[in-house]
Amino acid sequence: MSKVMVDVHGVRKSFGPVEVLRGVDLQVRAGEVTVVLGPSGSGKSTLLRTINHLEKVNSGWVSIDGELIGYRRSGDKLYELRERDVLKQRTHIGFVFQNFNLFPHLTVLENLVEAPVSALRRSRKEAEETAHRLLDRVGLADRAGAYPRQLSGGQQQRVAIARALALEPKVLLFDEPTSALDPELVGEVLDVIRDLGRTGTTMIVVTHEIGFAREVADTVVFMDDGLVVEQGPPSEVLDRPQHERTRTFLSKVL
Amino acid sequence: MGSPTETAPPGTGLPSDGDSTRTAPPPDGPATLEVVPVRHYARWVAVAAVLVLVAQFTHGLATNPVWEWGVFGDYILSDTIVQAVWVTLQLTAYATVLGFVLGTVLAFMRLSRNPVLQTVSWTYIWVFRSIPMIVQLVFWFNLSALYERLGVGIPFGPVFWSVDSNSLIGTIGAAVIGLTLHQAAYAAEIVRGGVLAVDEGQLEASAALGLPRLRQIRRIVLPQAMRAILPTAGNEIIGLLKGTSVVYVMAIGELFYQTQVIYGRNGRVIPLLLVATAWYVLLTSVLSIAQYYVERHYAKGADRSTPPTPLQRARRLLTGVRSAAARRRDPVVPRSSPHPESQGDSR
Repeated sequence: MSKVMVDVHGVRKSFGPVEVLRGVDLQVRAGEVTVVLGPSGSGKSTLLRTINHLEKVNSGWVSIDGELIGYRRSGDKLYELRERDVLKQRTHIGFVFQNFNLFPHLTVLENLVEAPVSALRRSRKEAEETAHRLLDRVGLADRAGAYPRQLSGGQQQRVAIARALALEPKVLLFDEPTSALDPELVGEVLDVIRDLGRTGTTMIVVTHEIGFAREVADTVVFMDDGLVVEQGPPSEVLDRPQHERTRTFLSKVL
Repeated sequence: MGSPTETAPPGTGLPSDGDSTRTAPPPDGPATLEVVPVRHYARWVAVAAVLVLVAQFTHGLATNPVWEWGVFGDYILSDTIVQAVWVTLQLTAYATVLGFVLGTVLAFMRLSRNPVLQTVSWTYIWVFRSIPMIVQLVFWFNLSALYERLGVGIPFGPVFWSVDSNSLIGTIGAAVIGLTLHQAAYAAEIVRGGVLAVDEGQLEASAALGLPRLRQIRRIVLPQAMRAILPTAGNEIIGLLKGTSVVYVMAIGELFYQTQVIYGRNGRVIPLLLVATAWYVLLTSVLSIAQYYVERHYAKGADRSTPPTPLQRARRLLTGVRSAAARRRDPVVPRSSPHPESQGDSR
């Protein structure tokens, strides 16, 4: 079995009086695709955002490839890292947002080149070569000079995926990547993610697309009310769910 | 125009013409029906009235002897005035650059999570927005009365180096400091407003990509904030340009001060005020044009396609008139279906 790439251990997170994550454990092995399902408000997105430390946890910890994210351990204490070090860690973690969050004032190519050049100190030439190769891979080789708002939603999300890939991350996190898209554009984005899955990219995908989960996921995780209710291969979780809450959710969305 | 619809009486479409005009075209009618725009008769009357008023005003401007256009011509390009314009421009430039640099620092202090930085910035803005510029300028003019010598040392401890404050800060220096400190308070709020207008997701995306903090601000946040900053900043800079006239209280030879000196000597008040007015209008016009193009630069990517410059628009209008004329000459040619939304960027 391949090594554990993402390790989430007893993570708790509160926003004010509301506890959104109530002790989440999750392990993702290298090269696996994990799909997280669950009703809205179940803490899926928050979990994803704690993995790259966009949200700080109240307790518990997250590690990627054996490295603690956002903290340094000394004895039995966790010391918060300085922002600069957290930023460096994030270059190993690709994040794809629901609303794409492309930089609208930069062209598609500049969007892809920005992070490798300024965060990884790559040469511009090298970064541009990588960018063109990635744009080709997501089927947008001819749109390098366009501005994001000149693209359709599906195209923008494919650019966002290419932008995340440009850092050659160890893991890719997708936060509902197709929820902001028109129905006819969902397919093109899922196709790209499916291809990535086949080439052995480690991914965690929060989504509502059950069909996609069945087809692509190695592991399906069902979350409700800030807890992982059950997890396992899609054939088990989706077809023979053990928990009442999973059954209720699936009967609503299928 | 020889098309059959043209022969219809003017006013087709008015209810009085009967119901026939509201029915759908008969199936054997012409393939395309010409659209006749509504005539705005009341607007035409208003336009005529306004034009008469404008003509009267212009006539008065040209013929009223009090304006003394001859005197105006003598002074508008005289050495003294041109020199004074240069001083005005320098004061504006220094205060703008220094004011916005300090203002940007204050804005980010105010946006910082540290309560000390926040409070200091807030207090600065509060104080300098409260003091009228003219009062502040006179304060700086009298700096030497307040602090006779300025030096570098340890607070409450020894002084290593000091200098006479009047020799360090001349009158122009005092004016620049006064204008800058005043300007910075306003610039801080303008920059802060611009930064707040940038979508939160942009910072999240920069953070998720691991961009260094300074890079996030310089490359991602500020260029987008400029869209919101520029219109107000343009206002401020134009306000500052005219605001430099307040500096006359410090006897600095800027435009308004020199104008006053000259008309104090020769008594030709009106034509000399006209000279000052003409220069302020000219400088403001140049700034307005510059603002248009700077705004256009920062609008990159904000729309599907950048709006045309006035020059491009004029050129397009000309070609449009020409092709319309061509169409009129040859009205039967069926035009391929126009798709205005597809121009520019193909999808």
